[in-house]
Amino acid sequence: MSIVLCRVDDRLIHGQVVVGWGRPMGINLIILVDDQVAASEWEQELYRMAVAPEIEVRFVTVAQATAELGEWQSNGKRGLVLTGDLETMAALHAASPEIIHRINLGGIHHRPGRRERLPFIYLTDQELHRLTALEESGAVISAQDLPTTPPVALRNLG
Amino acid sequence: MSEELRGVVVCHGTLAEALVQAAEQISGIRGALVPISNTGCDRDTLEQRVLDAVDGRSAVVFVDLASGSCSFAVLKRLRGEPSVKVVTGVNLAMLVDFVFHRSLPPAEAAARVVAAGEKSIRIP
Repeated sequence: MSIVLCRVDDRLIHGQVVVGWGRPMGINLIILVDDQVAASEWEQELYRMAVAPEIEVRFVTVAQATAELGEWQSNGKRGLVLTGDLETMAALHAASPEIIHRINLGGIHHRPGRRERLPFIYLTDQELHRLTALEESGAVISAQDLPTTPPVALRNLG
Repeated sequence: MSEELRGVVVCHGTLAEALVQAAEQISGIRGALVPISNTGCDRDTLEQRVLDAVDGRSAVVFVDLASGSCSFAVLKRLRGEPSVKVVTGVNLAMLVDFVFHRSLPPAEAAARVVAAGEKSIRIP
């Protein structure tokens, strides 16, 4: 198999990701793309605690991820690519648009300047415009916190 | 006499609020426990909520799951803080025991609530 889910979630690895998505999708590889976590062994240890031992977790920088996307796409595992912010996912899409094609907005929470689009998605108008541009470049973007809830297309988040 | 410990309860959804409310109902002691929810929080916001609740005091911080966003926020900001102890797997028995023993040092109070919590898990 290959990368089966590309998710933006500012809580990174947590129950909704591991249990909510991981189990029904049969995920056995989680790739967390985050420069800060990639440099922190104790943070990695904390995140590993949230994941069953049979699931492999890799912590990589954006640079490492862009270099290794092809390998993850063909390594026989069912992979989940996870980023904590939109910029990182956009960079991965730019590096490999055919692999980072469908993008799941799973959790982007309130910060000053952001407006609620869904209870689990807050975006500034600028962020929404950048996502629209990303979709115009070929990505398919929707918001969905769990597989049991219906996805909401990007065009309906305005 | 030193200041009594603060109890901070950090859970998913509305669990912390419900646990604190129930502990107050049983013990009759109000204001000893501060509930924190992760609902609507990104990592930074949740970490700040926890720090605000501890407010630089000696405390025991109770977390629902041993891993996940709540425990991560707590450990990231309070790891290695000698006046704060973190306990995972919070249950009602732990909180009721805690509110009656807030004059203990944090490490002793934490060990005591863990024992109380484990003791309360039975197949009767």
